[in-house]
Amino acid sequence: MPTETVKSVYWKGVRDAAPFVLVVVPFALLFGVVATEAGLNVVEALGFSVVVIAGAAQFTALQLLVDDAPTLIAIVSALAVNLRMAMYSASLTPHLGAAPLWQRALVAYFTVDQSYACSVFAFEANPHWTLRHKLAYFFGCVSPICPFWYLATLVGALAGSAMPDWLALDFAVPITFLALTAPMLRTPAHMAAALVSVVTALALSFLPYSLGLLVAGLAGMMTGAGTEVLLERRGIRT
Amino acid sequence: MIETPTLWFVIACLGLGSFALRFVFLGMIGDRPLPPWVLRHLRYTAVAVLPGLVAPMVAWPAATGGQPDAPRLAAALITIGVGLATRNVLAAIGSGAAGLYFGLYLAG
Repeated sequence: MPTETVKSVYWKGVRDAAPFVLVVVPFALLFGVVATEAGLNVVEALGFSVVVIAGAAQFTALQLLVDDAPTLIAIVSALAVNLRMAMYSASLTPHLGAAPLWQRALVAYFTVDQSYACSVFAFEANPHWTLRHKLAYFFGCVSPICPFWYLATLVGALAGSAMPDWLALDFAVPITFLALTAPMLRTPAHMAAALVSVVTALALSFLPYSLGLLVAGLAGMMTGAGTEVLLERRGIRT
Repeated sequence: MIETPTLWFVIACLGLGSFALRFVFLGMIGDRPLPPWVLRHLRYTAVAVLPGLVAPMVAWPAATGGQPDAPRLAAALITIGVGLATRNVLAAIGSGAAGLYFGLYLAG
């Protein structure tokens, strides 16, 4: 596709990630509200979102601090919740690993569930993209997501009142992630990976600190890779 | 009440730790070629992590105190179904959200 300039790919990223504003804003608003209720001032709440930029980990750490857990436990638990980021980092490496170090550092800082999922989906759908296209797309995805993460935290901390229950915003996260994942299930190997991940995550959900998810992710990846090998041996291209 | 120095210590540690987790492979490996078996596993990272991440949220939603909830379960199935059928992310989000609000309305 010769018409695809780096600029047009950047704007494609912006457009593709724009719907996630609907997920990120309520989540960040909620964090701002909860942080204020926990006694944090506006600067502290915003600092949390800017420095850590990981919703689930922020909620975990805050909850444990409020519960008077030891500081070390709060840190380790929140980082355990964030372990999936290491898997995202590995998954992005074949696509973005050739970028200069400072750009890889920027990519790393902005690697969140939404920017990762959006980018990997597009990278797989556009194998002809060059490194510059892929970087432009990634930062295109980041542009509508991360500024709203900061901004909505600030608004939540300033407003300090809870979101109405009837909006059922708790379910914005599952719906958007399922919507992103379903179209990626192109082959039997992808479907098997997803199925094993779901079953394992449910079976191990009693484990603390999202450790079940880590096992589910590894089990799913091994299932996908194993199925791919099996299908290739039988002469079916995946 | 959380002490201010403790809070900033936690924020700094979490910031550094989260960055390290995000940087570990991208930064350390860079463009060195990865063995084929590693690449084969990495191709499935997204479909192996994201479904596992949301499965407990669908099965035991926090909003209902962990009780399985018919409207949320139906909304999840609609989202997956439309996503598989249309391969269109926005159509799947829209259908799932519509299904959720309709289901919640029916459930009263």
